Amino acid sequence: MSLKNNLHQLKEKYRGKKMAPAFNALHTFLYSPNETTHSGSHIRAVDDLKRTMNTVIMALVPVLIFGIFNAGYQHYAAVDAANGVIRQASLFGNFLTWDNFLMGAWTVLPLVIVSYGVGLAIEFLFAVMKGHEVEEGYLVTGMLVPLIIPVDTPLWMLAVAVAFGVVIGKEVFGGTGMNILNPALTIRAFLFFAYPTWMSGDKVWVHQAVDLAGGPDAISGETVLGFLAQGRATEMSYSVADMFYGFIPGSIGETSTLLILLGGLFLIFSKIASWRIMVSAVAGSLVMGLIFNGAVSAGWITETSTFYGLMSFEYWKHLLVGGLAFGIVYMATDPVTGAQTNRGKWIYGFLIGLISVLIRVFNPAYPEGVFLAILLMNVFAPTIDHYVVKGNINRRLKRAKNAVVLPGEGEGKADKLKAETV
Amino acid sequence: MSKDIRIKKGLNINLVGEAEKSVSKAVASNVYAINLLEFHGVTPKMLVKQGAEVKAGEPLFFNKDVENMQFVSPVSGELIEVERGARRRILSLKILADKNQESIEHTPISSGSSTEEIKALLLKSGCWPFVKQRPYDIIANPEVTPKAIFVSAYVTSPLAASLEFSLKGKDKEIQAALNALGKLTPGKVHVSVGKGSDSIFSKMEGVELHKVSGPHPAGLVGTQINKIDPINKGETVWTVAPQDLVIIGELLLTGKFNPERVIALVGSSVKAPKYYTTKIGAEVSTFLYASGVNSENFRVINGDVLTGGKSQPDGHLGFYNNTVSVIPEGDDYEFFGWNKPVFDKISSTRSLTFSWLQPNKKYDLDTNTNGEYRNFVLTGFYEEVFPMDIYPLQLLKACMVKDIDEMEQLGLYEVAPEDFALTEFICVSKQPHQQIIREGLDLLYKEIG
Repeated sequence: MSLKNNLHQLKEKYRGKKMAPAFNALHTFLYSPNETTHSGSHIRAVDDLKRTMNTVIMALVPVLIFGIFNAGYQHYAAVDAANGVIRQASLFGNFLTWDNFLMGAWTVLPLVIVSYGVGLAIEFLFAVMKGHEVEEGYLVTGMLVPLIIPVDTPLWMLAVAVAFGVVIGKEVFGGTGMNILNPALTIRAFLFFAYPTWMSGDKVWVHQAVDLAGGPDAISGETVLGFLAQGRATEMSYSVADMFYGFIPGSIGETSTLLILLGGLFLIFSKIASWRIMVSAVAGSLVMGLIFNGAVSAGWITETSTFYGLMSFEYWKHLLVGGLAFGIVYMATDPVTGAQTNRGKWIYGFLIGLISVLIRVFNPAYPEGVFLAILLMNVFAPTIDHYVVKGNINRRLKRAKNAVVLPGEGEGKADKLKAETV
Repeated sequence: MSKDIRIKKGLNINLVGEAEKSVSKAVASNVYAINLLEFHGVTPKMLVKQGAEVKAGEPLFFNKDVENMQFVSPVSGELIEVERGARRRILSLKILADKNQESIEHTPISSGSSTEEIKALLLKSGCWPFVKQRPYDIIANPEVTPKAIFVSAYVTSPLAASLEFSLKGKDKEIQAALNALGKLTPGKVHVSVGKGSDSIFSKMEGVELHKVSGPHPAGLVGTQINKIDPINKGETVWTVAPQDLVIIGELLLTGKFNPERVIALVGSSVKAPKYYTTKIGAEVSTFLYASGVNSENFRVINGDVLTGGKSQPDGHLGFYNNTVSVIPEGDDYEFFGWNKPVFDKISSTRSLTFSWLQPNKKYDLDTNTNGEYRNFVLTGFYEEVFPMDIYPLQLLKACMVKDIDEMEQLGLYEVAPEDFALTEFICVSKQPHQQIIREGLDLLYKEIG
């Protein structure tokens, strides 16, 4: 009780001062505020933005934990591979081990801390400068960012990218709810274009692979997409189960399709994320995959083609590798940057799936298209909505045109009415 | 002739504190008040001075824009206070009631009365303000002929008074009012009742009867207009609330403005929620303390919890209300209120909120906002509780940026603030939807008229 009262007094003390938003952010983290309604609806539903964001974070936690174990696992697997031993992944045998966890935590947690630290510091700074409350959007962004980057991304690089992404991607537009591009993907795109060598290749996906390169202990870890893009599919030792459970190299959080699927189902069940976007994006990627498979089986693409590896990759397997599933579940469903109308969401999601696979196949330099596809569709989402809403407007105009000024039986009455008035 | 309307989208808010079906006569109030802010958009011109003696039904002021539209005193007595706000705007008028009540008497309307006679009587007797119009959700402009008139006798608002109970035995008055309204429009008078209900309105003659079913806001007249005969640009419809038909009907039959009505005192802060017979403008305390309150920290709402106005125990019953709700104030902090599982509040999601498990449970909600004001972030939620063929989020945003073309195109003509009460209730960003729509309507009225 006393903590509550003390905080209340501090809040009153800070009211109207510059530091108020910073204090309130911490205060409302502990206690939901004592604010009451003034007009309109006197009662309100329990959901607020903090609860919403918290739900998304809950859906991300299993993915993060798996990512930590996988970071360690991939490192030790690569060391084994360098010594000529091919590991067979087994969940309780060699995956959920202390070694994997410690190695993974040591590499992944600093990324999480830097992402949250830098991002929230900027959020607080802007809130104090502009005198608005600290918004919750970054709680999810800060969690997403470490999950979509390679494990050995230098911390300073991440800090620079986060600062860029939060300021240019979000704050200049007016903060959470006003941004055009998904902030997490803006950060990812910044990293990708500013430091391409750290974001692709066969060295960045496994811890220490870059440091050890060239030396006697050199290790490497090519992603599934990397193998396919280079036409080395036969060298790949990963089974479909490995891909589905996530025992493959890749960005920290993107590998386990199973956990992403569960997270997606949780978000759909809790109604926080749009099932329309998820379903249509899956459909879009399957359709594009089928088109490519069809082109291969029709004989238009031969084995000598650069694109053969990825085009002949069975259509449904696209969902198991790379960041496609993660992007569809956690990034495409961002309500602020996505389409806002229900019909628009179908189109938006479908095109994200379609374009993701399209970029993935036709960009051999960096065979991952989902983040570019989502950013592209972020830009087009308002256009999609515009045409959907236009349909409603046109329907209303047509209705007005067809409206009979006076109903049939009313006409006689109207004349009478007029006569009376005169 | 009856047509069925089935509403699927919406949300019934079940609250604790429904009124028991028994009615008592409230103690006569000493002071009666008319709150002028209820007559949105009316610029008042006083007809009597402070200290003047008035009879019940005697005009107190008129509308500057429509000079024959008069507003009358509910009781006879002395005008003791003209409360003014900023720029000397009149906020409320208070009348100290006499022991002996005298009423102004008008000539009752006969069945052969013309449209103009009916209009003139309603205007000078003070009954006209009961007739509201859309677009703009203001008191109807008597110079415009509406394409239709709508009455919703289907109640879905949380804890709102039951019409079957509170209007029992008023068949004659209601029929008289409906007959008169029928002469004011060349179109139809649409009356809607709940499907399967035994409403006195289903026996009314000369109207188009609709049977409505579905969750709130199926009972709001705006929802029904949108489904029955939507308003197009340039068209006007009028709406009258069922309880107001009784007062109109009595005036037409007897020539007297009788402000008496049966109201429901509801809400979880009331010890014995029930019905009271009282008069428009009566002090809330005259019946509130007869039922008793559970705690000291409560809020009195003139109307239902979604659309009513904030009031006090010493406030007065509104002109349009047949419900007074009293619920706990929520001015307290809640430890980790944003992330712990919630069982005792209503939610539109399932994010550790469990109201979806018990859709029929009755909740005891307070006035806490359950979160802070934010920009619009989530999408797709409003549509689930908004049955009209309108994009609610886009319309709200058009109002916020004052884009008049878009406001028109997206259908602002068809809505009233109350239609956005449910979207406001579930809004995760805690935006004031009804206020945004009200300001949008005001802007549109000012620019286009």
